[in-house]
Amino acid sequence: MKKDILKHKLVPDHTILSKTEAKKVLKELNIHQEQLPKIKVDDPVAKAIGAKTGDILKITRKSQTAGRFVTYRLVIN
Amino acid sequence: MKGILKKVSQINFGLMSPENIRKMSVTKIVTPDTYDEDGYPIEGGLMDPRLGVIDPGLRCRSCGSKGGDCQGHFGHINLARPVIHVGFADTIHKILRSTCKECGKVLLTESEKLDYKNRIELRLENGVTITPVIKEIYNVARRDKCPHCETEQEDVKIDKPVSIVEGNYKLTASEVRERLENIPEDDYMYIGVNPEVARPEWMVLTVLPVPPVTVRPSITLETGERSEDDLTHKLVDILRINQRLKENMEAGAPQLIVEDLWELLQYHVTTYFDNEASGVPPARHRSGRPLKTLAQRLKGKEGRFRSNLSGKRVNFSARTVISPDPNISINEVGVPEMIAREVTVPIRVTEWNMEKMKEYIMNGPNKHPGANYVIRPDARKIRVYDETKDAIVEKLEPGFVVERHLIDGDVVLFNRQPSLHRMSMMAHEVKVLPYKTFRLNLCVCPPYNADFDGDEMNMHIFQTEESRAEAKSLMRVQEHILSPRFGGPIIGGIHDHISGAYLLTRLGSEFSEEDVFQMVKRARMPLPKSKGRDWTGKEIFSLLLPKDLNMVYKAEICRKCDECLKQECKNDAYVVIENGELKTGAIDEKAYGAFSGKILDSIVKEYGTDAARQFLDSSTKLAIYGIMKRGFTTSTADEEIPQEAKDRIEELLENAERKVENLIAAYHNEELEALPGRSLRETLEMKVMQVLGESRDKSGEIAESYFGMDNHAVIMALTGARGSMLNLTQIAACVGQQSVRGGRIERGYSKRTLPHFHEGELGAKASGFVHSSYKKGLDPIEFFFHAMGGREGLVDTAIRTAQSGYMQRRLVNALQDLNVKADGTVRDNRGIVVQTRYGEDGIDPAKSDYGKVADIDRMIDEMRIKSKAK
Repeated sequence: MKKDILKHKLVPDHTILSKTEAKKVLKELNIHQEQLPKIKVDDPVAKAIGAKTGDILKITRKSQTAGRFVTYRLVIN
Repeated sequence: MKGILKKVSQINFGLMSPENIRKMSVTKIVTPDTYDEDGYPIEGGLMDPRLGVIDPGLRCRSCGSKGGDCQGHFGHINLARPVIHVGFADTIHKILRSTCKECGKVLLTESEKLDYKNRIELRLENGVTITPVIKEIYNVARRDKCPHCETEQEDVKIDKPVSIVEGNYKLTASEVRERLENIPEDDYMYIGVNPEVARPEWMVLTVLPVPPVTVRPSITLETGERSEDDLTHKLVDILRINQRLKENMEAGAPQLIVEDLWELLQYHVTTYFDNEASGVPPARHRSGRPLKTLAQRLKGKEGRFRSNLSGKRVNFSARTVISPDPNISINEVGVPEMIAREVTVPIRVTEWNMEKMKEYIMNGPNKHPGANYVIRPDARKIRVYDETKDAIVEKLEPGFVVERHLIDGDVVLFNRQPSLHRMSMMAHEVKVLPYKTFRLNLCVCPPYNADFDGDEMNMHIFQTEESRAEAKSLMRVQEHILSPRFGGPIIGGIHDHISGAYLLTRLGSEFSEEDVFQMVKRARMPLPKSKGRDWTGKEIFSLLLPKDLNMVYKAEICRKCDECLKQECKNDAYVVIENGELKTGAIDEKAYGAFSGKILDSIVKEYGTDAARQFLDSSTKLAIYGIMKRGFTTSTADEEIPQEAKDRIEELLENAERKVENLIAAYHNEELEALPGRSLRETLEMKVMQVLGESRDKSGEIAESYFGMDNHAVIMALTGARGSMLNLTQIAACVGQQSVRGGRIERGYSKRTLPHFHEGELGAKASGFVHSSYKKGLDPIEFFFHAMGGREGLVDTAIRTAQSGYMQRRLVNALQDLNVKADGTVRDNRGIVVQTRYGEDGIDPAKSDYGKVADIDRMIDEMRIKSKAK
């Protein structure tokens, strides 16, 4: 009985950024990619969307304070 | 210590080799004595002059520097037999357990070795801790047979603290050392030893370093008697036994005696390192006090780390009891003259302040605005005495620094422990006052959580212009009126300020013009124009409001009627302020109280902190003079209710108790219907609790209906000044159900709470329902149950504070390095982003509207009034 964890209401939306998008985000935040929060490549969500080490994920989640909040994570192993 | 300037680029941790210990030692210590008959240190003794000097004036025999400049030098003791170091006993045990007794190799197969080697190397490369891997090896390498030489292994156990037992045979320290020496260097990796900095056999001591005398100074008592440090005492013990052991060994004494002495040496060395090691009786001083040895110096709250490195005692600080002063501003603190004369502010002398500085010096150290010290440009500090002040004034020149007394207007840091949030330390302006207590305005009690039942507070004086400027703009009390915790005021009116403002502004409150001017003048507000008639309280309060303030809100006294009559509210709870004029509504806690003051909140946000400080200072004073005009007092007479009310309450409670009896009867006859998900018994409990709870509330309502707004206790409860209606009804009508562990009282004797009841009795009275009021008095049974509930409350608070304190400590330690950068991101000290936007919405809660960006509904209301007023 395998469930699709991406459909669970507690799992926020994760998308893999393309190289150009990633560059844009890093430039916007004015940081190195190592300074981003991390996510493990064997994290269930990372596995489900097929992220590879070095990818940057865009995470869109509900927020108590801001309503909707976008954050980024670097995939590491 | 002067002249040593080096930058630490790297710290390496490892074990100290015997050669290393000997190399850094300046002398071998052999004699257990310290001083000879003439009081001179003995060479080769524990106070050997080569170990460093303490007395100023003498020169060190080893380094040549003067006493005070010499940091001291280590010596060493050659131990007659090796001993195990307590700190490493556990490690030694683990290593012996996972290595072969014959060949010394780690008990891992070649393939396991390869696997672990890869894992360890990967972790070292990534800078990750290898502890978990080593732990795993220690578990896997517990084999019965060596995979290399096929030797059967015996079980190695540790007998705390330092005995290593193999099978039934206790290994001697020499045997332990031999085994450790036998481990091949290639295998060090698997037992977590870095061969560059350590070898396992170094965990068994053959040489003991002797710390310099500066680490264990002896004290000369008034009687001229010398008293040695605990460490010296311990070292004397070690030397004595070491000596005896050596002599016995050389004389060829029987094995048994040598072993006994060896054991004793081991005990002394063990307690020298840690006198609280489990399994050894602590070594004691002659007086019976346990010795404070190396580990005790570092460990715990009073240890070197927490007491001397993380926290230090400071100069330019003062501490005394606090007391209230409603006449000073919230920004001020009253400082006793005695303290003002003791703690000082350094002032650089210039041409422009020369005269003033000379005045201070001429006042001397004992007359108030005086000076205690003068610092010359060559950094020499000269104490000012009445006898020397004239000479000092003569020599005073620009460039000198005068340490003058505290005077009115100086900025100081004021603090009350526990410092739980940033409002626990705020900058105040000094006001020098007579007597011996710190004085503070009552409005700043909530942020410090202070009261005047004997609380003490600390004051620190800034010593540089930069710190003063920074404190003045960031830490001043008025900058902290709004709390970053909930975006509302945390500083505001309390107690009498609130009842006073209510008495002043409630419906029908009028004052003669003479009274008004008197109050206004005493509150130090500007005098208003004469009206030539009596003033309403609302008109007086309006004098304080900014002329373009518009707001609407429901006051604390609002009874939350089903349909709000708004402006026509008969309780005067609908507050409308039109262009700075209080039209309707009374002023109470919701207006300017700490934690909920809406007007105060609005003034800080719209008109700034200066205006807010002025408003608070004046409004609280006005309220105090308002309350003084009317007079305000409370007593148990305020909770008196007529006999008729008492009869009604009695009847109500009897009804309720009858209902409970019926429920219990229904339960016993099994007629009770169980609620979903509950057992029959639980259902009964719930229903009984509900009936009794209702009856308590109803009895309260009856009592309340006899209380009017002319009752002072009721005024305090309803305006939010102090106390609650529940407090009053418990005094007047009925105390209600007592609870332990969230339910009715069940504990005590078997199947009953007290011997006054039948076994299994479930009635209201038998389970802790207090039917009396506090005023009427509790009967003995009720009193007992009340004490049970009360005790639980006390225990809970004690546990809660301890628990939340520790929780806070952990949280603060985890978060202390995070900060919000200019671009709005939250980062740690390595620059790693934690949040891409602070709080996800980037809002400073102190500047928000109770945590929200804005309250649109309220803004619309206010704009409506504004446009109507025009």
